[in-house]
Amino acid sequence: MDINFDRTADDTILIRIGGNWNIENGLPSTDEFERVAGTKPLPARIAFDTTQLGDWDSSLLAYLSKLTDYCGQRSIAVLRQGLPEGVARLIELASAVPETKDARKERHRTPFLARVGEAVLYAGESMGEMLAFTGEAALSFSRFIRGKARFRRADLWLLMEECGAQAVPIVSLISLLVGLILAFVGAVQLKMFGAQIYVADLVGIAMAREMGAMMTAIVMAGRTGAAFAAQLGTMQVNEEIDALKTLGISPMDFLVMPRILALVLMLPLLCLYANFMGILGGGIVGVGLLDISPIHYYHETKAALSLMQFLPGLIKAVVFGVMVALSGCLRGMQCKRSASAVGEAATSSVVTAIVSIIVSDAILTVIFDRIGI
Amino acid sequence: MDRFDKKESCIEVQDLTMAYGSFVIQRDLSFTVNRGDIFIIMGGSGCGKSTLLRNMVGLQAPAKGKVLYNGASFWDSGPEERKNIMRRFGILYQSGALWSSMTLAENVALPLSEYTRLSHAEIRELVSLKLALVGLAGFEEFYPSEISGGMCKRAGIARAMALDPDILFFDEPSAGLDPISARRLDELIVELRDSLGTTVVVVTHELASIFAIGDNSVFLDAESRTMIAVGDPKKLIEESRDPKIRNFLTRGNP
Ligand SMILES: Nc1ncnc2c1ncn2[C@@H]1O[C@H](COP(=O)(O)OP(=O)(O)O)[C@@H](O)[C@H]1O
Ligand SMILES: [Mg+2]
Repeated sequence: MDINFDRTADDTILIRIGGNWNIENGLPSTDEFERVAGTKPLPARIAFDTTQLGDWDSSLLAYLSKLTDYCGQRSIAVLRQGLPEGVARLIELASAVPETKDARKERHRTPFLARVGEAVLYAGESMGEMLAFTGEAALSFSRFIRGKARFRRADLWLLMEECGAQAVPIVSLISLLVGLILAFVGAVQLKMFGAQIYVADLVGIAMAREMGAMMTAIVMAGRTGAAFAAQLGTMQVNEEIDALKTLGISPMDFLVMPRILALVLMLPLLCLYANFMGILGGGIVGVGLLDISPIHYYHETKAALSLMQFLPGLIKAVVFGVMVALSGCLRGMQCKRSASAVGEAATSSVVTAIVSIIVSDAILTVIFDRIGI
Repeated sequence: MDRFDKKESCIEVQDLTMAYGSFVIQRDLSFTVNRGDIFIIMGGSGCGKSTLLRNMVGLQAPAKGKVLYNGASFWDSGPEERKNIMRRFGILYQSGALWSSMTLAENVALPLSEYTRLSHAEIRELVSLKLALVGLAGFEEFYPSEISGGMCKRAGIARAMALDPDILFFDEPSAGLDPISARRLDELIVELRDSLGTTVVVVTHELASIFAIGDNSVFLDAESRTMIAVGDPKKLIEESRDPKIRNFLTRGNP
């Protein structure tokens, strides 16, 4: 690519463009031109001579539009007659629609204090949104109780299957392993006192009161909560939620309520199942490693676990169910209109769910301790 | 046509300014849609036609101004009144917005089962009729992901018409349709207006449909961010001197 500048007498710069222009050879800079155009007397127009021009591609267009911009700013006329017809037309097209000025997002650095302030305001705002969402869910629940909430029964059954039966394999695996681990950790200590048999108490009580509900809830947060967020987020992207709203159907009743119901019904059941799997895991360690007979282990577990011991775990499971479903649905409904927003919704639903599981677990444990169950 | 008083206004838009945050899309829009009209919203892509529709149907609150339905201001009404106004709309979204977890038949049936006391069998019949009207007979049991984009569009139209609404809003109904389907759709729109007295608001840039069906129109301009013409498109092309409008209506070869 060859460029030469000729100052002809009548304040015109004649630009001779020749050779082959190929994007693979890079874009020539306009410095040379700016130097020539900047020397006094300032030129009034530029013209082109392209008789030596060979093949050309967008590199030529890019170079020429930079020149045109430069000249536009300094009111130097650009005579396009010398350009090949195709080049002139393409440049015409590129400048046909003026740039929309305030549409361009400006990137500017915010000072540290301002960022902290924004983060605090944002945290407050998202707290408010969460509370508003919880309130709406409560209203929707009261409509459900009065039989006024509109949703499809078939959806509810399907959701119950998705977050109940289909979660059984993963819940089995996790809770069996948690039982094994608890028994193992306990056995190492208790063996020192010759009190291996109390492994049964340890595993039974820990699973029933705490670990069963907690582990199931965390599995469901990753499995089902994220799925809720992604489903609702995608519906948001496709305007499906708008379509429900304009039909006068509350997305809260139609989409969120069945999901909360399904999880709240299924999580306690899964939790009970997880308790038994955990105890089974403890039993495997007890019988296999500590030489306790199965009957002995069974009786010890039964003695340690009154039915009341299951109550805290079940109450927690219900609360965790609400938490997981609410965070999944909240993040899904807040989703913006893009594919990456759906990914963010799924991620933040899991984070929100796990944080709220742990926080509410702590609160509930204190309450149960106070009222003595 | 004579059944409907041409002068009776159905939707009035007054000094509407719409914005996303501080980014103003269009300002100072004022126009009236008369009952029984086919009203065209036209303009280059990205000028805010879909946004105007969202403001009119109640999905997005205007930054300023009013939208009146039969004289009642939509955005100043309470939630119950708004719901009642919205009940009379049928809306086709630009992307179809079919509920992806339901079949086409279930999509069209949902408004019917929500708002009517029809039996299952009756709903099925109505659904088949609506789907046949848009040329989708036999696709009842298909899911939206199993049909083409143009077919989704048509199924969306069937759903919008499900309840025989008073006002139909169509966002680019013929985009993605072949010319024959597009013409049949135009005929369907005119037929709905003539037989059921439906008021239709159509966002479109299909020149053929604009002239074939439009009674009245508004032209939004992206550059000046406001409307630059209102009126019957057939008159606009003859009378307007604005080069932007002439360019648009003649595809740039005046
Ligand atoms: N969610 C959004 N946030 C910010 N700007 C938006 C959003 N949606 C649309 N816009 C802007 O609004 C303008 C009009 O969009 P739209 O109404 O979809 O145009 P069209 O006339 O093609 O239907 C576009 O310039 C677009 O950048
Ligand atoms: Mg649009």
